[in-house]
Amino acid sequence: MTDTVCVIIGASHAGVNCAFALRKEGWQGQIILYDADPELPYHRPPLSKTYLTNTEGAQKNLLKSEESYERSEIQLNLGIEVTSIDSGERKIALSDGKVQAYDKLILATGARPLIPPITGLDNAKNIFPLRTMADVEGIRKALGESPKKNVVIIGGGYIGLEIAASLNKLGATVTVLEREERILARVTVSEMSEFFHSLHQKKGVDILTKKNVTAVETNTGHTIICDDGSAYFADIIIIGVGIRVNTEIAEKAGLVTENGIKVDAMAKTSNEDIYAIGDCTFHHNPHYDRFVRLESVQNAVDQAKVAAAAICGKEVIYDSIPWFWSDQYDVKLQIVGLSEGHDNSIIRKEEKEQPCFSIWYFSGDRLLSVDAINSAKAFVLGTKFIKTGQLINKSNLADTSVELKPAHLMI
Amino acid sequence: MAKITFITSDHQTIELEGDSGSVMELAVEHNVNGIDGDCGGVCSCATCHVHVRPEDMEKTGAASEIETDMLELDDNADAYSRLSCQIVISDAIDGVILTVAK
Ligand SMILES: Cc1cc2nc3c(=O)[nH]c(=O)nc-3n(C[C@H](O)[C@H](O)[C@H](O)COP(=O)(O)OP(=O)(O)OC[C@H]3O[C@@H](n4cnc5c(N)ncnc54)[C@H](O)[C@@H]3O)c2cc1C
Ligand code: FES
Repeated sequence: MTDTVCVIIGASHAGVNCAFALRKEGWQGQIILYDADPELPYHRPPLSKTYLTNTEGAQKNLLKSEESYERSEIQLNLGIEVTSIDSGERKIALSDGKVQAYDKLILATGARPLIPPITGLDNAKNIFPLRTMADVEGIRKALGESPKKNVVIIGGGYIGLEIAASLNKLGATVTVLEREERILARVTVSEMSEFFHSLHQKKGVDILTKKNVTAVETNTGHTIICDDGSAYFADIIIIGVGIRVNTEIAEKAGLVTENGIKVDAMAKTSNEDIYAIGDCTFHHNPHYDRFVRLESVQNAVDQAKVAAAAICGKEVIYDSIPWFWSDQYDVKLQIVGLSEGHDNSIIRKEEKEQPCFSIWYFSGDRLLSVDAINSAKAFVLGTKFIKTGQLINKSNLADTSVELKPAHLMI
Repeated sequence: MAKITFITSDHQTIELEGDSGSVMELAVEHNVNGIDGDCGGVCSCATCHVHVRPEDMEKTGAASEIETDMLELDDNADAYSRLSCQIVISDAIDGVILTVAK
């Protein structure tokens, strides 16, 4: 072991994967991880899915076992917040009053839930965002012995909808209030919004759109008031309206930030010795030739590996094609690519009992992205075509009598 | 209790024992090289790909449709490929030998 020190701030998908990747790439010095969260680092996606519905889930879904950190000589410091970075002296200040020096620093600070400015939200009880294990425990406790409670979820994005599905499964009466004209408005086309809307309605979740929540009144429960005058009762309120990126310590240290911490193709920030990875970064995607900020496990893991390799002196660039998934009830959505900027799309519906379809987004003839519902085939095929840039025979794609196979789609 | 043996691509042989959960979880818990389990075990990432010995296929069972679809365009996949997050640990799979895919 040499006496060089690599410090990582944030021990979640990005930070933890980076620590182990550093060892794999041959980093000989110390590796020190810090996280404000006291829990042994865990998978976040199940928080809104299986952790909510399953009592033993959490222990099973650790990112790494405790022994793995010891075996790889990775120092894990939990329950400690990094309060500032002195990039000149190459030191960080910690919430326990200590100071830690570094040779290389990696910011994997992710994001926190956005809490909208709704009157009355501050002094209401049983209101939860969902980003951490503690949030899940709070929700479970509030549901208590009898889950037959009224839950209002503010925000109809993926996380809000996953929570709706999970709590519905537990027996709660769930209402989703969405400000836009349709759920998932920011992330997908109207066909997909309609599919999820009717899926939830069929399961008994009430989805209401164009509902801009302005106030919450608390008595024995909560009354949630919207700007159209309508009001809804809830025992528990869940906020799922998006995130804010944790860039404050980076900004104060003078790093360039712009909708996230700006990094180059090797995940390096504007400071030679500081890297940033995961949800907190604003980075260039070469496939789409634009800067993006992504919220996904894929981005956290892949960027972590690139940063680790770069720090160990390898020539690497981050050029992954983004992918994402969401599980609601027994429906699996898988997304590959970025659909923004598409000017035409093809919907392919397979003849199956279960819903099984995919939406293929193009800019002209160039495939940008695929949303696949219960169709891993479409997901992997889409991935391949986006990667190779190979043009697609669109009429075969739209024709479900032609089997979904690479050879059938090639021109 | 089931004994499960992993052979990694760097030719390590790792013998582990488990009685519940999935094979992927057991491998991640013990840091088996090449099994990452990035999606947490929901068939979304394919980073838990293993090859089962032909004679063990009866114990593990064949891959489900979603596993086959996820691996369809993977050059390393074959008839004995499984996503190990979908193999549940029980006495039934005692003694299987799994080769971690490249
Ligand atoms: C409920 C939910 C469901 C999701 N579902 C999916 C899904 O199905 N598929 C998918 O791909 N993605 C999903 N995501 C997104 C995915 O979890 C994130 O993209 C991923 O967690 C990003 O990892 P990260 O390490 O960059 O950031 P984060 O996971 O946000 O971790 C950042 C860590 O840094 C710590 N931290 C921040 N600042 C400091 C500081 N100053 N000092 C010390 N510690 C600090 C925080 O405590 C936190 O633990 C979901 C997210 C949530 C919340
Ligand atoms: S762990 Fe992701 S597919 Fe098995």
